[in-house]
Amino acid sequence: MRRAALLALWSHWRRHPLQLATLLAGLALATALWSAVQAINAEARASYARAAAQIGAGGLDRLEAPGGPIPLARYVALRRAGWQLSPVLEGSWRLGERRLRVAGIEPLSHPPLPAFAALAEDATALPQMIAAGGLLLAAPDLAADLATALHEMPGRPQVRASDQVPPGLVLTDIGVAARLLGRPDQIDRMLILPDQPIGLAPLSALAPDLQRLPGRAGSDTARLTDSFHLNLTAFGLLSFAVGLFIVHGTVGLAFEQRRAMIRTLRALGLPMRLLTGLMLAEVMALALLGGLVGLGLGYLVAAALLPDVAATLRGLYGAPVAGGLTLRPAWIGSGLAMALAGTLAASLHALWRAARMPILAAPGLQAWAERAARASRLQALAGLGLIAAGLGALWLIEGLIGGFALLAGLMLGAALLLPPALAALLRLGRRRARGVVAEWLWADMRAQLPGIGLALMALLLALATNIGVGTMVKSFRQTFTGWLDQRLISELYVTATDDDQGAEIARWLAPRVQAVLPIRSVDFTPGGAAAGQTVTVYGVVDDRSYRDHWPLLQTAPRAWDRVMAGEAVFINEQLARRVGIGPGDSLTLAPNWQLPIAGVYSDYGNPTGQAIVAMPSLLAHASAVPNRRFGLRLPAAEVPVLAEALRQRFDLPASALIDNAALKAQSLAIFDKTFVVTGALNLLTLGVAGFAILTSLLTLWSLRLPQIAPVWALGLTRSQLARLEIGRSLLLAALTALLALPLGLLLAWALLAVINVQAFGWQLPMALFPLDWLRLFALALLAAGLAAALPARRLYRLPPSDLLKVFANAR
Amino acid sequence: MLLEIDDVTKTYAGASRPVLRGVSLTLAAGQTLALTGESGSGKSTLLHLAGALDRFDGGEIHLSGQPLSGLDDAGRAALRRSHVALVFQQFNLIPSLSVAQNLAFHARLAGRPDRDWIARLTERLGLAELTLRYPEQLSGGQQQRVAIGRALAARPALLLADEPTGNLDETASTAVMDLMLELVRESGTALFLVTHSQAIARRLDRHLHLAGGRVV
Ligand SMILES: Nc1ncnc2c1ncn2[C@@H]1O[C@H](COP(=O)(O)OP(=O)(O)OP(=O)(O)O)[C@@H](O)[C@H]1O
Ligand SMILES: [Mg+2]
Repeated sequence: MRRAALLALWSHWRRHPLQLATLLAGLALATALWSAVQAINAEARASYARAAAQIGAGGLDRLEAPGGPIPLARYVALRRAGWQLSPVLEGSWRLGERRLRVAGIEPLSHPPLPAFAALAEDATALPQMIAAGGLLLAAPDLAADLATALHEMPGRPQVRASDQVPPGLVLTDIGVAARLLGRPDQIDRMLILPDQPIGLAPLSALAPDLQRLPGRAGSDTARLTDSFHLNLTAFGLLSFAVGLFIVHGTVGLAFEQRRAMIRTLRALGLPMRLLTGLMLAEVMALALLGGLVGLGLGYLVAAALLPDVAATLRGLYGAPVAGGLTLRPAWIGSGLAMALAGTLAASLHALWRAARMPILAAPGLQAWAERAARASRLQALAGLGLIAAGLGALWLIEGLIGGFALLAGLMLGAALLLPPALAALLRLGRRRARGVVAEWLWADMRAQLPGIGLALMALLLALATNIGVGTMVKSFRQTFTGWLDQRLISELYVTATDDDQGAEIARWLAPRVQAVLPIRSVDFTPGGAAAGQTVTVYGVVDDRSYRDHWPLLQTAPRAWDRVMAGEAVFINEQLARRVGIGPGDSLTLAPNWQLPIAGVYSDYGNPTGQAIVAMPSLLAHASAVPNRRFGLRLPAAEVPVLAEALRQRFDLPASALIDNAALKAQSLAIFDKTFVVTGALNLLTLGVAGFAILTSLLTLWSLRLPQIAPVWALGLTRSQLARLEIGRSLLLAALTALLALPLGLLLAWALLAVINVQAFGWQLPMALFPLDWLRLFALALLAAGLAAALPARRLYRLPPSDLLKVFANAR
Repeated sequence: MLLEIDDVTKTYAGASRPVLRGVSLTLAAGQTLALTGESGSGKSTLLHLAGALDRFDGGEIHLSGQPLSGLDDAGRAALRRSHVALVFQQFNLIPSLSVAQNLAFHARLAGRPDRDWIARLTERLGLAELTLRYPEQLSGGQQQRVAIGRALAARPALLLADEPTGNLDETASTAVMDLMLELVRESGTALFLVTHSQAIARRLDRHLHLAGGRVV
């Protein structure tokens, strides 16, 4: 009996292969985009975890000097006193065009690292590591470059590739690191090992000037990038929801069309419980199939997008993420679970309706529309409620979660409001329509609304997201470009190979240019309100260029004078927002160095806190401030000549000299690469929405004939009707797009003024790009036109006898 | 002659045998004609051909003097709009339009809207109370009365009706048919009626029978 019933149910799909394909495609698309985002997130998280395990030894307390490096002798002294410590020297190192991070550790005392664990099996490794040349460990692609680059270096270290080392990092013995970084007899911090002998003199007595900092629970990168991943997840969820619209539509129609069959099966004595169970099983089997296809697609999408995401994370947060994708069982499991749960949610309504189906004949379209009208009032109320809840959440819940709650409330609420709003517009259109065909068209659209409402909601969400995210990115770009113009003060930037050469270059340049602006900085770990932050403090010399160009957001009176006199400090917007300080407050950079804040400057694309002080004060409070980079002011026309002279005189590599325009182009290129992913996801969601329209039009097809046949019989041609069919779809899409515009702008505002501040630490002015709206409008029309083209073609080609069947067959 | 069917043949695509194998008949303006025949004998098919709804394979049909064989889609649609009106067994009405809008639809499409005439038809067909309803909210008999009203409102030269009361019970069927015949006579419209009922067929000017793909 069960078998027979199953065969009967299944026969529906055999007779409607297109419906089956639509259902599977909807499922696959939903799963694909969702799981692609999940794969990307999982990959990035794994990278952070690897990085944290590798270099962080994050759980251990550490000892640092507030103003800079610690002399190696201090470490030796503390060891003699019995303290179990492990020294770390870290710094950035240039390899040709690339900027790498070098981490030097002491392998014997340092807590075990995965990369070294792998080496332990190789008996030659440890001696090599401590031997004169030393051993460098790096990720495979970097290792290859290193080997080539170091080929000529005297007493060069051996290079080994290791999967365990995060990208962009060179891991080595502390002695080798000191040599590479040119910082002999220095360390940056000491890790305080867990097991210490009893009865030691306290560290506070032995080294009162050193700060003991607690170990960090999670890695910094993970916390910083959380918002980015939340963003991606929201995108994935949106696409998933759009895909589920398709599933909901198809399943609903399939059940509607199978009413007669279900009734017959029941009449034949099949209990409804069993029937419902069978239908549930059927839907779940389809979900499994669609989900598997979706996972395959998702893997491809993720693999295609991951390199760009990795670039984004590196560019925006300095987070180390590799560009390769690995297949994880957990990902497959969660993807399938999502497909099953989503399908269940999307089919529950149809199942429920089938289970309590009235014995009366199926209600027609108009009754459906009437019922929908009643439901739409409720829906409108629910929509308004959701928007209000979103606004309330922003007000009540602090931070990023509140911001996302606002977004979710806005988007869902607006989607629910769409059908009632469209219905009102269509009523208006109908009232103003002239001519009998136009009147019919408006009335007909109104009657169709419940059928394609869901697809139009999907379109609304996709368009609004497009406008919102597009506006955010472009506003950001505009601000960023303007900011670069201000910030890149100098016409030419030069980087020396070491401090000595730096000093020589500065001397040589002094008579030849208008100004030499040294770019020197040291990382501080401030106390007071800003404790726990790392602040890169830049020293600047007093030059008009700064006063004229520096992009200050807020200032106190006489700001520049006070900063130049060493009496005040400027901080960047990130630090100001993160700590909640500004002009009027003060910043404690070191125990003996506290300065009032004289201003806040914008500093885009930089994840960390920054401060600016007068150069003499920086040099007074920090030892060993590198002096290798300089900005040069000179007439733009003289740049090529001077650059050539510099190169000749000091034998500098091409990468050591970069002019303003090139630097700007480089920065913008990085910026653009950063947002490639967003663009791709934007387009994908729009595609899915277009597909949702197509599927709902196709599934409505069988309900459509009784609507069209009378009009055709009364004297309209099939080609006229086909054109009207396309026009209908275009008009609905156009109306939806018009409603999407204000929603998108609202979304943009929320992203710029709420999410950005929470996620990146900076606020951006919003700019409007009407040309983009036009382009998007055209895209929406194209999607709707294409979606309607298939049904319209079918109508155009329909034999008259098929249309005539409507009037004769008892249906 | 209003309608001249001359030796028309028709075979449906994919069918092995022709439905119509040389049918001829004529219908003058204002005349009423009943066509009977067994189920599947091709009555509806013939009616569709006469109404320029479908194409035929051989022979010729003239409607108001116009040969149908040479007309394209647009030409046939124009003819349907202005010369003929149709009442089928079911699904005649446009679901998204109200009764009033349905009633006026064909007349407006034909460019002959006549308020007074439509108002009188509405009255005579007993639809005055129902004008704001939608087709779905009507009984089968009411729906067919609206369809008849819509057809006659356009003042067509020829009314084609295919078992217009086939879905109704005996009483409703008689009432609707009486009204239709009355209004057809009053307006001077020619009627081509397909029916199963010999009683109804006898009430019309002429009565033809279709069998074996020919009129007998
Ligand atoms: N679209 C079609 N394709 C193929 N065959 C068709 C089609 N429409 C009708 N037929 C066949 O043509 C024949 C005549 O059909 P038609 O509908 O004209 O009969 P009818 O006399 O109106 O019958 P009824 O009294 O049952 O309405 C039938 O055998 C039918 O199966
Ligand atoms: Mg028939």
